[in-house]
Amino acid sequence: MIPEQTKARFDREIAKYPADQKQSAVMACLTIMQQERGFVSAESEKLVAEYLGMAPIAVHEVTTFYNMYNQQPLGKYKLNVCTNLPCQLRDGVGALKHLEQKLGIAMGETTADGLFTLQQSECLGACADSPVMLVNDLTMCSSMSNEKLDQLIDGLKSVEANQS
Amino acid sequence: MTVASQLNSSAAAQSVLSQFVATGAETCFHGRHISPQILVGLDGKNWRLKDYETRGGYQALRKILGQDGAPSNSDTGVVGMTPDQVTAEVKASGLRGRGGAGFPTGLKWSFMPRQFPGQKYLVCNSDEGEPGTCKDRDIMQYNPHSVIEGMAIAAYAMGTSVGYNYIHGEIFATYQRFEEALEEARAAGLIGNNILGSGFNFELYAAHGFGAYICGEETGLLESLEGKKGQPRFKPPFPASFGLYGKPTTINNTETFAAVPWIIRNGGAAYLECGKPNNGGTKIYSVSGDVELPGNYEVPMGTPFSKLLELAGGVRKGRTLKAVIPGGSSSPVLPGSIMMECTMDYDSIAKAGSMLGSGAVIVMDDSRCMVESLKRLAYFYMHESCGQCTPCREGTGWMWRVVDRIHNGQGRQSDLELLNSVADNIQGRTICALGDAAAMPVRAMIKHFRHEFEAMIKPQTPQSSASPLAQTAMQA
Repeated sequence: MIPEQTKARFDREIAKYPADQKQSAVMACLTIMQQERGFVSAESEKLVAEYLGMAPIAVHEVTTFYNMYNQQPLGKYKLNVCTNLPCQLRDGVGALKHLEQKLGIAMGETTADGLFTLQQSECLGACADSPVMLVNDLTMCSSMSNEKLDQLIDGLKSVEANQS
Repeated sequence: MTVASQLNSSAAAQSVLSQFVATGAETCFHGRHISPQILVGLDGKNWRLKDYETRGGYQALRKILGQDGAPSNSDTGVVGMTPDQVTAEVKASGLRGRGGAGFPTGLKWSFMPRQFPGQKYLVCNSDEGEPGTCKDRDIMQYNPHSVIEGMAIAAYAMGTSVGYNYIHGEIFATYQRFEEALEEARAAGLIGNNILGSGFNFELYAAHGFGAYICGEETGLLESLEGKKGQPRFKPPFPASFGLYGKPTTINNTETFAAVPWIIRNGGAAYLECGKPNNGGTKIYSVSGDVELPGNYEVPMGTPFSKLLELAGGVRKGRTLKAVIPGGSSSPVLPGSIMMECTMDYDSIAKAGSMLGSGAVIVMDDSRCMVESLKRLAYFYMHESCGQCTPCREGTGWMWRVVDRIHNGQGRQSDLELLNSVADNIQGRTICALGDAAAMPVRAMIKHFRHEFEAMIKPQTPQSSASPLAQTAMQA
């Protein structure tokens, strides 16, 4: 079941395209699913496929082709650190390593408390702000020195501690 | 396990994160541009419609539509400009595509079939993922209406009523900003039906990618807009005859569109004059890597590289310039000594053996290991190959593995010839330019810095074909 509120968001995307080209909205709909459910499950793909009149496998092709779709549940905060060459030249790799130590996990892993998933990423398109880190596909954090990384992690941890 | 969700990021979490968001103060509003046209007068807060109009925004659109109050032409009786006049003005400006290929924009516009009876499309390529490039993000974040106005003018010139701006998924906040700007323009009657009462219709929408470098390739982008994997199409047919949904389509880069309003307001000749012949106007260079002040710098085409380096504060920590990748990671690296003789324009960089590309200038100082640098780039191309063409799918991985083993001290005497051979067998043999983009850095790095690779390949490396077991037996 797709909630009415979600359908309204889907419809806004579908309206951008010709009536016979609803499939064009598939990336936006999958993104909305990920925003609302944290990842794109096979069930979500099926719902999107039905809504857009696509074959489920055609939706799955999209999910698996684009790097930012989470194909399984991740930590509450997904941290993507760019290590491409311009960032490598400005401590991007160092930022990733610092987070590995700070969080006690290797890149690609999620902390035991389910709070953080750490990933290496390709060019985020913010090369002048290196080291850069994209949080939950939305917030681009810039010039992330080790001190700032500590502040960010500690800040999010205390937010979570206060909420629980 | 809990799951990530930007909607579930609480206000408290968002307030933690927001303190790390760039303001552009150091990378864009540093006041070290030279005669800027696109980034002029920006401060990070004045991106809204009313601010843009204060800066002369939408005057160009009013001008071509004859809605600027100017009298009609005394000879022809026509108010405003005809589509042909707009295209001619852009041709005269010498504006060339700012996304990487440098194709003359006015000429591209003239390829659109004039009398085509069906729907035609206009697409803006904002899928800025070429490593080193971060200019389109700043344009859309801090001056989004310049792109909207440029697209509306282009749509008028080509008789197109629908456009899409496809924005890099990683800059989702900028996509949201652009959507907000679109709402403003729509509410003010600057896009939509019967724009400014002129009878001209143009509807513009924003779409977003979600992490695929290949969608910066124009036909990969079109596939993605159609809701598919972003695997590029074979050309011909070119998008001007078979583009989005099989209809005639023109695709330009964000910065290209953003340059158009200035050209219409001030004339093509004035634009050309501020650059150099065949290289009109200003260009925004994203300077990254080993400089004191990385950032975007808008300067006239033909500005000496040495001047650009100076604007960016020079090489970091007083070190010496070793090498520069002048136009994004796909452009061949050049030694610093050659770069210091170049001016920043398409022709000068091409003559030196590289490409101006997207204008992403990656600076490397004398402490940098070129094998390590190439290894990272090779990994990137392997990761981003869409897998459609065998030479690219297999070759990019092969090149990465060879560079990786050289970097790990396991290189073989024949590896440099092997790398060149693999590069040769990718370049020119794939559907799209990603194959070329992967091959060119490898060849250029070996060409200019061969000694660094050779130094990592130990001359004593055994060339025996015997198995490790047999070798152990021989040593025993």
